Amino acid sequence: MRSGSTKLVAVLVAVAFSAALIAYYIAGYLSVRPAETTSWSGKRVSLTLQTVASLGIGPHPDWVSYLVKDSSGHWQHSTVLNVPANSLVHVTVLQYDTATGLRNPYWGGPRGIVGLMKVDGKPTPTLDPDLASHTFAIPDLGVSVPLKGVADDAKNQCSVAPCTLAQAHTTISFTFRTGKAGTYRWQCFVPCAAGFILGFGGPMQSVGYMDGYLHVVA
Amino acid sequence: MNAFREPVARLSSETRRIFLIWLVLTAIAVPLVVLVLGPHLPPGRMSAEAAAQTDANVLLTALCTPIVLLLAVQFGYSLIAFRARPDDLTDGPPVHGHGPTQVVWLVVTSAVVLALAVWGSYTLIVSGHGAGGGQGPNPDALPKNAAEALQVQVIGQQWNWTFRFPAYKGIETAQLELPAGTDVELHVTSLDVAHSFWAYQLGVKADAIPGVDNVAFVHPRKLGNFTIRCAELCGLWHGHMYQTGRVVSSADFKRWLTAQQQAEAGNLKYLPPYSRDYFPEPLRRAG
Repeated sequence: MRSGSTKLVAVLVAVAFSAALIAYYIAGYLSVRPAETTSWSGKRVSLTLQTVASLGIGPHPDWVSYLVKDSSGHWQHSTVLNVPANSLVHVTVLQYDTATGLRNPYWGGPRGIVGLMKVDGKPTPTLDPDLASHTFAIPDLGVSVPLKGVADDAKNQCSVAPCTLAQAHTTISFTFRTGKAGTYRWQCFVPCAAGFILGFGGPMQSVGYMDGYLHVVA
Repeated sequence: MNAFREPVARLSSETRRIFLIWLVLTAIAVPLVVLVLGPHLPPGRMSAEAAAQTDANVLLTALCTPIVLLLAVQFGYSLIAFRARPDDLTDGPPVHGHGPTQVVWLVVTSAVVLALAVWGSYTLIVSGHGAGGGQGPNPDALPKNAAEALQVQVIGQQWNWTFRFPAYKGIETAQLELPAGTDVELHVTSLDVAHSFWAYQLGVKADAIPGVDNVAFVHPRKLGNFTIRCAELCGLWHGHMYQTGRVVSSADFKRWLTAQQQAEAGNLKYLPPYSRDYFPEPLRRAG
């Protein structure tokens, strides 16, 4: 008899617990709201990247990719970037790939940055979307910057990473502001995945190539 | 024979008891569902379409409540009253079909389903002019002032939404603000793969298909923020295709658009002429 009552209580508790879990999940899902405010403490950091048409190493040596310069000045193949929260991040991109052109010309205008972007040292308010090779975009921070491609007929083009300053490239620099700590995705809006349907497969769908994470650290 | 009569008679009294418990709980629960839970059911009342969907959810929940209670009461009562005692080795009473119960069940469930079909059709076609859903390029369920609706093109792309306003020189923005009290005609499309535009609190959900102009109507009523998500698995960052829109007053909407026009003036010359679908030209941009 006692065993039967225990089973009964256990079943009722299990049913109640399951119902509470479902209600908690639904309530949590419905109550999520995006954050809307940030503050700024005034820190400044620099980030130097290069984009290359062919990485030359790893399982996909012919994929387009990014490299990042580490603190000792060496190029590392990575698209996971760490920056401090509530800071100004000054980014320099050495762009070695040729232009593909933006599918949506809207992204030809730089957005979410502090001041103007500079292309080869010239302040540039907007870029002809046909000249874009990639975009460096962090949509959740409202940041999107078009990266001008190297001319198709440029001499001494870089074929395999890491590329050097002696090879044909454009230099794009800009500054953006980080807010609170968190992990944000970044991506490219140019359909630059040569050989894939509509240019949006392979490296465009892979972290480590044209997608990455920005870790904003407190 | 007598061995069966007693359990059957007991079953009948148990059935009456279950029915009584169910009736009391239903009389308490249904008003609570309508009056207390109802106002909190999604998607809310930010737009006419969302309000119609919330009303439908309240109705469905209120209709489901007696059914769920019937099952729960039967389940709980059976666990307590009909469980086998440790020393009881006899069979239960034989179960036979019961004609009147079956007739009542069929009549009630058919009536409920037909009533919901009538309600849903009315909401879809008349009161919610499409209930916030995509109606394809040639919509049938139009609001009264469809010709004066604010047109907004919603462009899905991996992995962000952008918005064009043909009546305002075709400017494009990465934010969506809509004026309260105005019919809005959304033209949802995509320029790469299939997406689905889901403005949750507005009660709008329309597939974004490349080369297709999928029209949905919405009539925002309340000021505030609404969440925009992609509801179609669309690649690596599908889960991040998440933005926040705002319903603002007409005056604020005009101020916002003026600011956008100024901010986008330099980029406007590069945008293609507005068209109801949005496919990349030249083809080089297709990768």
